[in-house]
Amino acid sequence: MKRYSFVQLLRNAIGLGDGWQQAWRSPEPKPSYDVVIVGGGGHGLATAYYLAKNHGVRNVAVLEKGWIGGGNTGRNTTVVRSNYLWDESAAIYEHSLKLWEGLTQELNFNVMFSQRNLVMLAHTEHEMIEASRRVHANRLNGIDAEIWSREQTLAFIPILNKSMNIRYPVMGGSAQPRAGIARHDAVAWGFARGADALGVDIIQNCEVIGVRREGSRIVGLDTTRGAIDAKKVAFVAAGHSSVLASLAGFRLPIESHPLQAMVSEPIKPVLDTVVMSGAVHAYVSQSDKGELVMGAGIDAFNSYAQRGSLPILEDLASAMVELFPIVSRLKILRSWGGIVDVCPDASPIIGRTPVDGLFINCGWGTGGFKATPGSGWVLADTIANDRPHALAAPFSMERFASGRLIDEHGAAAVAH
Amino acid sequence: MLLIPCPYCGERTESEFRYGGEAHFRRPENHLEATDEAWADYLFMRKNPKGWHRERWMHIAGCKRWFYVVRHTVTHRISSVYKVGDPLPDLPS
Amino acid sequence: MTQDFRLAKGGRIDREKPLRFLFDGHAYDGFAGDTLASALLANGIHLVARSFKYHRPRGIYGLGVEEPNALVETGIGAAIEPNARATTVELSDGLIANSQNRWPSLRFDLGAVADLASPLLSAGFYYKTFMGPGNAWKLYEWMIRRAAGVGRAPEQPDPDRYEHSFAHCDVLVVGAGPAGLAAALAAGRAGARVMLVDEQVEPGGQLLNTAYTINGRPATDWVADATAELDRMDEVRRLQRTLALGVYDHGYVACVERAVPVPEGRTRWRERMWHVRAKEIVVASGAIERPLIHDGNDRPGTMLASAARAYANRYGVAVGKRAVVFANNDDAYRTALDLADSGIEVAGILDLRHDLTGAMPALAREKGLRVLAGHAVVGTRGRTRLKAVEAAPVDDPSNRQIIECDLLAVSGGWNPALHLYAHAGGKASYDAALAAFVPGSSPERMTVAGSAAGEFALAHCLSGGARAGVEAAKRAGFSATQPALVLEAPEPNADTRVGPLSAPNRGGKRFIDLHNDVTEKDLRLAAQEGYRSVEHAKRYTTMGMGPDQGKTGNILGLNVLSDALGQAVPQVGTTTFRPPYHPVSFGALAGREVHDLFLPTRKTPMDSWHEENGALFEPVGQWRRAKAYPKPGESLHAAAEREVKAARESVGLFDASTLGKIDVRGPGAAQFLDRIYCNTFSTLKPGNARYGLMLGEDGMVKDDGVTARLGPDHFHLTTTTGGAASVYVWLEDWLQTEWLDLEVYLTSVTEQWAVATLSGPKARQVLGPLTDVDLSTAAFPFMAFREGRVANIPARIFRVSFSGDLSYEINVPARHGLALWQALMESGRPHGITPYGTEALHILRAEKGYIVVGHETDGTITPHDLGYGGMVSTKKDFLGRRSLGRAGMTGPDRKHLVGLLSKDPARVLPMGAQILERPTEARPAPMIGHVSSSYMSPTMKRGIAMALIKNGRERLGQTVYLPLLDGPTVAAEIVSPVFYDPENARRDG
Repeated sequence: MKRYSFVQLLRNAIGLGDGWQQAWRSPEPKPSYDVVIVGGGGHGLATAYYLAKNHGVRNVAVLEKGWIGGGNTGRNTTVVRSNYLWDESAAIYEHSLKLWEGLTQELNFNVMFSQRNLVMLAHTEHEMIEASRRVHANRLNGIDAEIWSREQTLAFIPILNKSMNIRYPVMGGSAQPRAGIARHDAVAWGFARGADALGVDIIQNCEVIGVRREGSRIVGLDTTRGAIDAKKVAFVAAGHSSVLASLAGFRLPIESHPLQAMVSEPIKPVLDTVVMSGAVHAYVSQSDKGELVMGAGIDAFNSYAQRGSLPILEDLASAMVELFPIVSRLKILRSWGGIVDVCPDASPIIGRTPVDGLFINCGWGTGGFKATPGSGWVLADTIANDRPHALAAPFSMERFASGRLIDEHGAAAVAH
Repeated sequence: MLLIPCPYCGERTESEFRYGGEAHFRRPENHLEATDEAWADYLFMRKNPKGWHRERWMHIAGCKRWFYVVRHTVTHRISSVYKVGDPLPDLPS
Repeated sequence: MTQDFRLAKGGRIDREKPLRFLFDGHAYDGFAGDTLASALLANGIHLVARSFKYHRPRGIYGLGVEEPNALVETGIGAAIEPNARATTVELSDGLIANSQNRWPSLRFDLGAVADLASPLLSAGFYYKTFMGPGNAWKLYEWMIRRAAGVGRAPEQPDPDRYEHSFAHCDVLVVGAGPAGLAAALAAGRAGARVMLVDEQVEPGGQLLNTAYTINGRPATDWVADATAELDRMDEVRRLQRTLALGVYDHGYVACVERAVPVPEGRTRWRERMWHVRAKEIVVASGAIERPLIHDGNDRPGTMLASAARAYANRYGVAVGKRAVVFANNDDAYRTALDLADSGIEVAGILDLRHDLTGAMPALAREKGLRVLAGHAVVGTRGRTRLKAVEAAPVDDPSNRQIIECDLLAVSGGWNPALHLYAHAGGKASYDAALAAFVPGSSPERMTVAGSAAGEFALAHCLSGGARAGVEAAKRAGFSATQPALVLEAPEPNADTRVGPLSAPNRGGKRFIDLHNDVTEKDLRLAAQEGYRSVEHAKRYTTMGMGPDQGKTGNILGLNVLSDALGQAVPQVGTTTFRPPYHPVSFGALAGREVHDLFLPTRKTPMDSWHEENGALFEPVGQWRRAKAYPKPGESLHAAAEREVKAARESVGLFDASTLGKIDVRGPGAAQFLDRIYCNTFSTLKPGNARYGLMLGEDGMVKDDGVTARLGPDHFHLTTTTGGAASVYVWLEDWLQTEWLDLEVYLTSVTEQWAVATLSGPKARQVLGPLTDVDLSTAAFPFMAFREGRVANIPARIFRVSFSGDLSYEINVPARHGLALWQALMESGRPHGITPYGTEALHILRAEKGYIVVGHETDGTITPHDLGYGGMVSTKKDFLGRRSLGRAGMTGPDRKHLVGLLSKDPARVLPMGAQILERPTEARPAPMIGHVSSSYMSPTMKRGIAMALIKNGRERLGQTVYLPLLDGPTVAAEIVSPVFYDPENARRDG
């Protein structure tokens, strides 16, 4: 892999470079691999990268039915944070956040991770109490978190609606200074380039249409590009996890729903942080390009359509105007939908499945992007060692039978 | 914004309804004696198909009745609606 | 200023109505009917903007929503609109517009140094650098952010209002060009209820821009006739200035209507969203012309050919004195002919095609125009305005000739506007002859007609539109009995096929996406670096991601990729169109659901009293509730303390109307309640009430409340304020879909009953004089229910208590709520009755150790965790019972509800504080629980708290530690959660 650097850029600009190489190859699938990852989103690519990097498992393929990073990786609002309530969640998201902090250098690909603080607004006393509970827990888990007064919050976010005469005046909030945003496509591309350089085959336009088993063990996959043998397989397919699981003969506690987001036209900087509001229900940041990037609510019904309904976006628009009155005359440029895989306890599933040799990583709901490196790290470890990584263990499928759920609904009432 | 044909009131816009998720999953027989796995299966496991889906809706802003809808989860097309107790219509092929 | 470029005659502007406007501080004149763009062009202004990345000078390029360059700021102060398209802004008197994203001025913009550095700023350059040292990205990013952005946001709230309207129709026709008008006429004549929406100020579409004839008369006459006929039809509604933004499920179409601008002052609404539910949709949204790829193709003075002729024909503006037309198709010759007819000198027509056999080139030659076959523009000259083009034969690009001109009209053919078709799930197919995507099979409820369907000839637009209208009406249940629409529109046998999209490359900048400054070179680099999917290339280069969303450039980009990858265009694929078709304001989407109408506020019948008596409110779900009634100068804390004291020592009055209430009737009612509550209700005697806990099927506490048995088959069930709606739906679910064996009827009566809770040792003295009910403990014991009259109002009285002291919960029909409240206040006056709010309520209940769902529960708490295991029946089945038997539901890891007393009685532990077994600086530190409720107790005269602690009931008496945020670690003792009157000695007063 030829390293990226300013010098390289300069050499190429003045014609002294020898041209840029492909960021990743587009190989034909081999007949067999040690590990096949199904799903070429950020999580799948990160899993492949860490399998090769941390565990020396390099005979790995990532199968993607479309183009890599084309699912939720390329459709989210790029928020990265780790201030989750429960110990189990905090541990895995904080592990991920630490990886984010070195990811650009690790991958030699600028993923533009921008730690610009994240403020979760509180509009009611109940929200202040919830924030207090979460911040107290975060601190004891070694996560940077702060409780902010109304004055502090309004000073930090000057465009917030300062009126007390509104339905949900800002009472204060909680902040995580190390949280922020990243460039979502770059994460997929950076992991792809890194994994490819370590020998991983990234195979796009390759859809899995069947699972081949011998007894209780998985031995390979049927794909639109032929049969592929595999010693181990991991499904890392977010919204399509249930479809893959049904090919393998089991069901998941997952439902797929449309989740929408939208961006405004680019404007000069007005918002230098990430803002989330539960009661008013919006979350927003401003991209480096100048667009306001906003996440909307989830449609109630199951869907694989990658599009949601209009009232959800209208609600988001009114929430935005309510929170930031100056946005009213700005214009929304584009909206889109992703398919989120939602677990009953709003926590992911990472680990083994009823089929031997088959692993799964899904159920991240609205929160998967921030977990990308951490999730890849622990799943790679789980696959390589055939036992759950310590951070992944609480997120096994067994928790649904034992009842030991990790219910993040309260803390993730805004989600994301 | 779906247009849902309530079997009692006729076509109404989605905002009048509450969604109830997958239909016709049953509590295990003698559920108090069911294994933890069987119980978890009932509580949490869902088909979540990419395709035709039998699902439950309630007309909360209308007749307040629960009923069933067969809807495609990719096109969102609704092929049929039926009442509780009605024979299950076939899924379109 | 004079309008030097206004043609002497022609155009649809009203020359009797001159309008004055400001652009970048200079005053100009235009006419009613102008757009800002046409008025600027009439004054010879082409340069109006700078590009996003390189700050290159840019001119007006198009005619409408496809405009990639001419983004300006309109208005002043709070009424600023950034990024307005000059081509869609209707001119009004006094309009103020300014250019954006330039410093110090539009003509001299320092940002243009970026242009010099452009070799360094190739596609995706930022992914390859700015990686260090250390955290340097923060600094780079700071600089990038300041350079990026285009317009600026207003600094004050929007002074305007926005509306939402809802409509239903049989046939929605999008676009009032020839196809749309024909479709609307045909459907309207069939009797269908038709809506015709069109983004322009007047109907006609391309017929306004180009000289056509229909049935032997000018096409605009036909437009007038058709419009008049439509306007006479009762069932037809025509909306101009209305843009269809997106198609959603089941015929749901979002449109936005702009208000007619008024000089000075505000319109009643600025924009109005139409939510249209259509049985059938006819998409007649026309086509958008695209340019060609050539060196220097962004010079101001370069314009889409169709726009150039539209400015002449429709606005009476000569966009230049001397024009060159550069094209690959026959349609562009219309521009040359129309410009020549308007008196503009046409210096030449450069056609990329070698064999010009069609009627249009022949006609041009006939008229004496210079047609150069197989020629291309290979360079342009001028800085802020085009001065000349370099023309050369395609096969010999170095053989250049300079043609002086101030207008370059380019045409690379047309792209059907398939956005709405794509929103509805349509899959377009690529037509290589047109170099365009055309509709494939039609999605449900949708027909595409006219040039949107790739049928560019006028006759086809008319016939296709009429056919689509008839078919749509038929599918919506109407049969066309009227004679079919017959429209003759002869035109020269125009060939709609196109030639190459690209001129020979001479190494200059060749823009694909004008707004985002994406060049052909960028796309080729993306392909070389492995960004082979069109989506990757788009995201890597940002092609099509600017404000015009690729309306003019995407097909060109696809062809470049196709060439670079050696794949056919359909294999490269197309990017997905997503709503909105054109950017829409936040204000329009939000509509009236802002400010006071953001969310409906539910108010109790006594709300006005609370307000008049100085209540401090807090939102609880949709409701607002009085939190306390502070006297002037009194703090919330002091008020709550005073209110608690009153309720403990004399009597307090609380508005409990927000409690959820469900009327449960039927022979199965008692059995039903046994199934939904974990405790038993069938044994409850009529006239009595019982506290019940509802669990979810997962065994976790879902809701709680007191339910009274009014009669053998009749119960009054209460829920928490926040849980009312979801509990109701959930109960109906079980009844209607699972327990068909039970005959039970549920009615939500939350808003039918007003509830006043009289609480305190003197409650009986206050209520006694007002009621005919015997209040003696013997006749009306704790947890009993009585019907009677209070203040001469029929009432249901429940003797329940959420404070531990004697309480009466008095329910009356909602319309009497205020009267009841006033009567109780009056009767209580001698006893010092004190209204109390939710803050005091919480303190009172915490002193007594009563839980609040949402405080002491969070969806992970079982009845056993709360210490309410004794309530859980073992004799009957109920929802959630099976789940309680799972492995994770028992054992020392379960958290128990306990009381917590700080060692320092003056300290109130913060709610949410986490609890450690022993103090430690280690992180992560093992937490064993948290404080769920905590108050300064006026009664106990110390801080009290409730907490959920692992195995807490086994730890009574133990000391635990709470590290406070930015404060000390506090020690506290685990105690029983019941602080006040554990013997229940006070509930009878």
